[in-house]
Amino acid sequence: MAGLLCAIVVIHSYYEPEPTPDRLSSYYDPPIKAGIAMSMAWAVFAMFVGVWVALLLAWPELTFDQPWAGFGRLRPVHTTGVIFGFGGNALIATSFHVMQRTSRARMPDQISPWFVLAGYNLFCILSVSGYFIGITQSKEYAEAEWYADIWLVIVWVTYFVLYIRTIARRKEPHIYVANWYFLAFILVVAILHIVNNIAVPVSIGHAKSYTVWAGVQDAMVQWWYGHNAVAFFLTAGFLGMLYYYLPVRAQRPIFSYRLSILSFWGITFFYMWAGSHHLHYTALPHWVQTLGMTFSVMLLVPSWASAGNALLTLNGAWHRVRDDATLRFMMVAAVFYGLSTFEGSFMAIRPVNSLSHYTDWTVGHVHAGALGWVALITFGSFYTLVPSLWKRERMYSAGLVEVHFWLALAGTLVYVFAMWNSGVIQGLMWRTYTKEGTLAYSFLDSLVAMRPYYVARAFGGILFLAGAIVGSYNIWMTVRAVPQAADTGKDAPQPEKVAVAGE
Amino acid sequence: MPELFHRKLERSTIGFVLAVIAVASVGGIVEIAPLFTIDETVEEAPDMRLYTPLELAGRNIYIREGCYACHSQMIRTLRDEVERYGPYSLAVESRYDHPMLWGSKRTGPDLARVGDKYSDLWHVSHLTNPRDVVPESNMPAYRWLARNPLQMEDLPLHLAAQRAVGVPYTDDMIENAAKDAYGQATPDSDAASGVAERYGEETQIRAFDGVATRVTEMDALVAYLQILGRMTDAAFEHTAAPQEPPEPVK
Repeated sequence: MAGLLCAIVVIHSYYEPEPTPDRLSSYYDPPIKAGIAMSMAWAVFAMFVGVWVALLLAWPELTFDQPWAGFGRLRPVHTTGVIFGFGGNALIATSFHVMQRTSRARMPDQISPWFVLAGYNLFCILSVSGYFIGITQSKEYAEAEWYADIWLVIVWVTYFVLYIRTIARRKEPHIYVANWYFLAFILVVAILHIVNNIAVPVSIGHAKSYTVWAGVQDAMVQWWYGHNAVAFFLTAGFLGMLYYYLPVRAQRPIFSYRLSILSFWGITFFYMWAGSHHLHYTALPHWVQTLGMTFSVMLLVPSWASAGNALLTLNGAWHRVRDDATLRFMMVAAVFYGLSTFEGSFMAIRPVNSLSHYTDWTVGHVHAGALGWVALITFGSFYTLVPSLWKRERMYSAGLVEVHFWLALAGTLVYVFAMWNSGVIQGLMWRTYTKEGTLAYSFLDSLVAMRPYYVARAFGGILFLAGAIVGSYNIWMTVRAVPQAADTGKDAPQPEKVAVAGE
Repeated sequence: MPELFHRKLERSTIGFVLAVIAVASVGGIVEIAPLFTIDETVEEAPDMRLYTPLELAGRNIYIREGCYACHSQMIRTLRDEVERYGPYSLAVESRYDHPMLWGSKRTGPDLARVGDKYSDLWHVSHLTNPRDVVPESNMPAYRWLARNPLQMEDLPLHLAAQRAVGVPYTDDMIENAAKDAYGQATPDSDAASGVAERYGEETQIRAFDGVATRVTEMDALVAYLQILGRMTDAAFEHTAAPQEPPEPVK
């Protein structure tokens, strides 16, 4: 549907009057606006499904006896909707914005950005609709079947070419650090996606396929993919966002250029080794587990370099953090980034993992990252971007931004604390022995102990969802009801080449 | 000096792209490529059997319903796991699994060795409404499995695709896949004899859902659950497991 709508927009524009020559002296922003709208729509939809699956664990009859409403089918709808729908659209929209602004160049054409955005949303819809009816590869975060995967490759190559072409038109001698992250995100996600999804379809008319990887190799490829989807989709891309919108909002330059270099290459190199920490104590050879653990611990250095760089950038702007909820979104996001990367390195240590693996602790860790880091940096960036993009004086309501901030923070904390508790209790119950040397608890005992935490987790999710709805309303009303800002003429591409020495 | 080098690098789009690809590729290559070349990665298990067409169909239902989201099939090398679930899992046990279903979360218990642990009837009741047999369970009910007839016509294509990715199904197995699936769940039919012929005398041939006249999705899923952990004895030979191995299924 969304793909179709975007196609109509593109076709419609073909019949529009000839563009005026002066359009080339402005940035091409309509696809960014559409991307923000799609991102918020996916956020509300996928977080709603998230709340539903959370409730299912406490009240399993909430499937209403419908095959499509079982936990196993709704879970990939939630994860794909949030990661790829909400996160992916946010990344595409902000990357279109950042690449033009930091290059001071307009996008090279007006078709490919629409193709990327519409095609990407078509991919999301193809995969999510498949999960409802049971079409899935069962590879976590790569559940989409072969036909959707091939389509994504086409879209992604277009995205990469568009990015490179825009960068090539830049009027600045250097590629700005935010673009490094967006480039790494686009490139590495392409590599991961292709390798993990090589499969043989049952026939050209079947949705079902069988992956070429088997058993232990499949497990390693899957978690090399899975962990680096976290690294390059949910970390690198969003660091790109942070490196642009945080300094813009704080009106401070990035604290350290050297730290940016260190953390960028550290993340790009170390992360790719870390996937095997998902397979501690399994049938994966010990040497691979050890490598994964070692690099996961080393990963803390570039991760904290990024988080520290972001927080130190705020030095001299702390009064703004206090008064401006938008900047506070980004500050708290950087804190959660630091926290969850520490937690991640910690959980990757083999003996710690023996307790945490297979439990809700992992779920809590993922959500500390996804809610606390990814979603908060996105909302902060959107609140910075929306008024400038639609050329409005301000957001519709600063009060509602404040409400959203506290709902999001409270929701994240309730969620994460609930899952930390349940995860650690679960892990301990599974390994507790009686004095006689027998296992103290049945599996069922541990399940019964989880119930209060499952209810609390759903409550945290409801708070976070409510925040996303408030945010969507605020963005909608900003576009509809806030008066136009005076055009300063500053937000425009560099008309001709200007010699700049250094920075 | 490195800073100067980097200032040069970040002026070149192509140079930067190539550098990212090079730096990002190292980890994956070093960790993944040797898994295909080092022989000890996957143990030898001459008695390793293949999934019958019915079991493969059941496995696909397991995937379709997302069972892997809450059930692992990977017993770790930890004392409490071995005592709770059985001998720890070996790589060879999933060597024909495209994809593997090791899982990452245990909202429910591990299923790597659930085969033969419960009766067919228990599984049917449990899948129809888990709370009938386990009152505290939070698993969804899968009532429609017993109602839905199993789709069997395209099973030869499935086996052929499996062979294309490396599972050693014979031409005979591929050709008779649909018939064998039917025969395995209808022990009194003519089709039943061919199953044992192709997949071994110890293949479980019975009406898994309790109805011997039709083949449902319930038949397939229960047939799959009942062979989990029984594809080979290797795990029982490699580990000092406290219990006797179950009857092997060839």
